[in-house]
Amino acid sequence: MDRPATAAKIAELIEPFNKKGVAITDATTFAGDLEWDSLTVMDFVAAIEDEFDIIISMNQQAEIETYGQLIDAVTKLQG
Amino acid sequence: MTDLFSKFDGLIEQRRALLSTGVTDPFNLVMEKVISPTVAVCNGRETILLGTYNYMGMTFDPDVIAAGKQALDEFGSGTTGSRVLNGTYAGHRAVEDALKDFYGMDHAMVFSTGYQANLGIISTMAGKGDYIVLDIDSHASIWDGCKMGDAEVVPFKHNDIEAMEKRLKRIPEGAGKLVVLEGVYSMLGDIAPLKEMIAVAKAHGAMVLVDEAHSMGFIGPNGRGVAEDQGVLDQVDFVIGTFSKSVGTVGGFCVSNHPKFEILRLVCRPYVFTASLPPSVVHTASTSIRKLMHAADKRAHLWENSKTLHAGLTQRGFKLGTATPQSAIISVIMPDLERGAMMWEALLHEGLYVNLARPPATPAGMTLLRCSLCAAHSAEQVQTIIGMFERAGKAVGII
Repeated sequence: MDRPATAAKIAELIEPFNKKGVAITDATTFAGDLEWDSLTVMDFVAAIEDEFDIIISMNQQAEIETYGQLIDAVTKLQG
Repeated sequence: MTDLFSKFDGLIEQRRALLSTGVTDPFNLVMEKVISPTVAVCNGRETILLGTYNYMGMTFDPDVIAAGKQALDEFGSGTTGSRVLNGTYAGHRAVEDALKDFYGMDHAMVFSTGYQANLGIISTMAGKGDYIVLDIDSHASIWDGCKMGDAEVVPFKHNDIEAMEKRLKRIPEGAGKLVVLEGVYSMLGDIAPLKEMIAVAKAHGAMVLVDEAHSMGFIGPNGRGVAEDQGVLDQVDFVIGTFSKSVGTVGGFCVSNHPKFEILRLVCRPYVFTASLPPSVVHTASTSIRKLMHAADKRAHLWENSKTLHAGLTQRGFKLGTATPQSAIISVIMPDLERGAMMWEALLHEGLYVNLARPPATPAGMTLLRCSLCAAHSAEQVQTIIGMFERAGKAVGII
């Protein structure tokens, strides 16, 4: 799946987790803008992993701060 | 200059707000006198202890105390050295032999604390390019072991067999895998479906580590833990445990049947680069462990206590962490931190000590009053405890 297709799928997956209805751009941060706690992060990561059949280890998650970085990482991880 | 303490401002403010309500600081209690495994004096008042993890009541066992006193006389107050240099005394070997006999396993390695046992084994066994797959509700010592090593860390939802399997399936071909589980999860007192989880882990070629800190001495026909109880202890590659709960002193360990296990003594940094346990501690531990091998009656009484407290609190309208009693931990869920602290204080005034647990140590941001029962609690004490909970719960307005 290329970057635009990956981005479209992730936009769909993030919907139920974006409870405050924050307007999401590539620069949106998970901890700061979306104020997610560790359990929400785990559930969201699991949803992404299951959709794309990939692993995003905690080591990799530490490098992903923004929505744009997540799309890049998932695009790359699909190989 | 940036004040490096500024990162704690949120917590400092939360504490200030809590204590300004006049509530006793729940994290600053002093045991002025300890009368028995189940009774101490706090703030001048005799208090029943219901939050010590002293599951088998071994801290005042006469044989255990005698062994410690004799070791102080014969071997001195401390070893002043690492296990691999001058810090292995006869007592350190003896306690490792006691562990091998207790678990029926080939190898045992004793660390200075349980925290260091997890830190050392996990960080050493899973290296660069390996994967650690672990339960999200794992103890801090497990997470710190992951952080200290170089492996890829992949958590899964608590006790979710399917979530664990999905992650194992996606690990690249040929990578080393370590699955880390606990027998009893200490926050809610629930147990893991180890039989199913270990079968899945083995099917995917993973090695398995199980932390049995909260089950040793109590769960399983021989008190070896949840893996023994579910008939899968022989499938576990590493059992991690502690001396600071059922054994009644301090220290940690790993037991294993792996033929290459002994090499860990040279490569495991939290084992090598710290002083070994004092002689009195290892002698009390080995005496206690050997007595725990023959403690079936105490195990049965502890189960009775756990069932009675669980039923009593449920009946009085408290919300508990598990629907059924699964271990010696009964966790009472509080509506929030403020009322949790009020309830904790009301119980203390009744003459009862429990653990107050709050985020981030707790799952899902819960505030908990964790009760851990002891085989030395009498049936009457358990009834007294239920009465104290009822009065305190009504006074604070939780029930």
